[in-house]
Amino acid sequence: MNISFSPISLAANESSAAVHHEHDDGSKTVLGFWIYLMSDCLIFASLFATFGVLADSVAGGPSGKELFDLPYVAVETLLLLGSSFTFGLAALNVQAGNRDKVIGWLAVTFVLGAAFIAMEVHEFAHLIAEGAGPNRSAFLSAYFTLVGTHGLHVTAGLLWLAVMMHQTLRFGLDDVVQCRLACLSLFWHFLDLVWICVFTFVYLQGGF
Amino acid sequence: MLGKLSLDAIPLHEPIIMGTGVVVVIGGFAVLALITYFRQWGYLWSEWITSVDHKKIGVMYFGLGLVMLLRGFADAIMMRTQQAMAANDAAGYLPPHHYDQIFTAHGVIMIFFVATPFLLGLMNVVVPLQIGARDVAYPFLNSLGFWLSAVGAALVMVSMWVGDFAAVGWVAYPPLSELGYSPTVGVDYYIWSLQVSGIGTTLAGINFIVTILRMRAPSMNVMKMPVFVWTSLITNILIVGIFPVLTATLAMLTVDRYFDMHFFTNELGGNAMMYINLIWIWGHPEVYVLVLPAFGVFSEVIATFSGKPLFGYNSMVYATCSIGVLSFLVWLHHFFTMGSGANVNAFFGIMTTIISIPTGVKLFNWLFTMYRGRIRFHSATLWTIGFMVTFAVGGMSGVLLAVPGADFVLHNSLFLVAHFHNVIIGGTVYGMLAGMNFWFPKVFGFKLNEFWGKVSFWCWLVGYWLAFTPLYILGFKGMTRRMNHYDMPDWQPYLLIALVGAVIIGAGILAILIQLRVSIRDREKNRDLTGDPWNARSLEWSTASPAPFYNFAHIPHITSLEQHWEDKELGRAWRPASRYEDIHMPKNTSAGFVIAVFSFILCFALVWHMWAIAAIGLLGMVGTFIARTYDRNTDYYVPAAEVARIERERHALLAKASYP
Repeated sequence: MNISFSPISLAANESSAAVHHEHDDGSKTVLGFWIYLMSDCLIFASLFATFGVLADSVAGGPSGKELFDLPYVAVETLLLLGSSFTFGLAALNVQAGNRDKVIGWLAVTFVLGAAFIAMEVHEFAHLIAEGAGPNRSAFLSAYFTLVGTHGLHVTAGLLWLAVMMHQTLRFGLDDVVQCRLACLSLFWHFLDLVWICVFTFVYLQGGF
Repeated sequence: MLGKLSLDAIPLHEPIIMGTGVVVVIGGFAVLALITYFRQWGYLWSEWITSVDHKKIGVMYFGLGLVMLLRGFADAIMMRTQQAMAANDAAGYLPPHHYDQIFTAHGVIMIFFVATPFLLGLMNVVVPLQIGARDVAYPFLNSLGFWLSAVGAALVMVSMWVGDFAAVGWVAYPPLSELGYSPTVGVDYYIWSLQVSGIGTTLAGINFIVTILRMRAPSMNVMKMPVFVWTSLITNILIVGIFPVLTATLAMLTVDRYFDMHFFTNELGGNAMMYINLIWIWGHPEVYVLVLPAFGVFSEVIATFSGKPLFGYNSMVYATCSIGVLSFLVWLHHFFTMGSGANVNAFFGIMTTIISIPTGVKLFNWLFTMYRGRIRFHSATLWTIGFMVTFAVGGMSGVLLAVPGADFVLHNSLFLVAHFHNVIIGGTVYGMLAGMNFWFPKVFGFKLNEFWGKVSFWCWLVGYWLAFTPLYILGFKGMTRRMNHYDMPDWQPYLLIALVGAVIIGAGILAILIQLRVSIRDREKNRDLTGDPWNARSLEWSTASPAPFYNFAHIPHITSLEQHWEDKELGRAWRPASRYEDIHMPKNTSAGFVIAVFSFILCFALVWHMWAIAAIGLLGMVGTFIARTYDRNTDYYVPAAEVARIERERHALLAKASYP
């Protein structure tokens, strides 16, 4: 992974300290992005907590057991996990300095992510058509909001991926692009992690 | 296209609102005309609106807070007048729906658009200077965050004349805030103004954490950070820890209202208490977000004006950290009456009592700092002493409310209202005003007028006690909060006294405005030539006043907790450097402002269900942000010769000053 954590050494003399202040090696950006991710994690934590409280509030409507199609969700999960793997390959090529391969693997990641979103949208449309839309019960409100928030994040990630493919093409793998790719990679893996929690606590726990 | 918006949205039948509207429109046009007449648009644009200088952003935050303080106070005085009048047969002058909007707007404005901008403003001005940095970690996000906060404030203001504001109390409890009971756009204004300013606050939080962790001058380890930096660090950790919860909670309320979902509704399995838990998981740490920076200000002020190092620096740091942790363990005390059972209530009651211990440690530290000190009664000192007296009482009434049995009696009474005004006015407001008097010269290069500063202090102190002591008594008498009318004749005298107190606080606010005006008029007399007008102790006083845009010509090397004081003692302070280097600085950018303008379009359109316009707003925000990422030319070098010229002028001024 291209996530650098090189700490800023405390330079003893003034001039080299000034250099450290002036030329951010990207570690400040990555640290800030980590903190942002933790704050985003708390948004998901709130949604998970609410889902946990409302999971049984089906209000006479369908429960997860009746609604969830686990094999379908398993395919979604594989798509997203696969996209994390391909992003890893892109990151390895960043370190190798291989621009074209970076763009190629980012494109594969994009396709897998877009397929995931397409499947999710299809799943939602199917549920709504069945009369199990988000307005049916508190459980479904919590389900749609939690899963949908993750989906919105992935969509934002897709936009970011597209922009980064273009920037890699245009600027090459310079420091700024590398730093942004490192942040995007963190973001993408983070969403993968959140999805694993969604899969476990929403689908597996509710589907059996 | 225009969604729910039509001409009916303008409350033409409400003389008070329309009268205010006319005044604001005329005043606004006058300001715009004056700016045009004096040809100041270019200056405003290049020096302020697009500025990424943390000191200027700090000033703009503070200015936003002051403007919104006037609005929030106008709401307060209207409520006090209504309650002083509306006893028995008299209905007062405010119809209930308008009155309900006023108490909601008062709370929202005072917390989100007065207190928060004040403390973010002070942190912006002070933190980089105190840690010896030239800017914050992310200057562009800093500018963006400020403008998003300003958009939130603008939305609240617009709601007054286009549609209405929420009439549900400042934390908007469901099911009242659900569409079924609040069908107008008021709650939607509430939601979007808090969402957009909340994003701004979260950005500020991330920015300051990274700034403090990564941009300290060499050898400034964490135990050499001034206490204000410490309290800022903990405050910003709290911000990043809680504002996402607020965002998520309000988002759930939003989808309830917009997509007919059932998170917090009465029907189809919704659970309103979930909202109340979540909002206070944000809300309780939020009160420490408000007060910790004030604690930091008092620590700086009292050490400086006692002429002594702060007593118990280590315990101050540990107390701040433990408050930060404990603040997450007390939220349930806001609703002991939920019925969660004796054991749960006992736990939260005990935790609430425990959190007063580190606060008590701090109070003793400030007192021992003053003990045998050479105290100068500057207005900042007066604010600090006034705080210690006032806040101690507020803390004690808080401990009283922490006893679940007592809380069942006092819940939602005016006793509670008196308590939180006691700690927020006595803590946050006094602290921010102390900070303004203390650090004003560092930004503007001249001191504030002391006479009007002291007038303002005494008005606030006397006014506070007159306005809120009767509310404590009324709480014991059983008067609940947010009453538009009451038929208990023996309450009225107390409410009349409270009105008098509010008027005196108003005089205190007026005194602040006069103080600013008089100080600007007399600025040549009150110039701060040395950069150290109070003979102070920390790093920000070692540079010039006003601080140059690059803050420090050389990044200072830290050897002491009170670096500037030690330098003065050892005769090392204010030595001109033999040579200067190029300084790397961020360039101004309009992206933050432009994104904020689009965010206003987005939020306003969402309030009124104007989906096409909302899409334009969203696309504008995202597009501007992406365009900004293509800008590779975001910083520049200040040539060493330019630095040398600025520093030579500074040392010429120093030589002119009799001190040191």
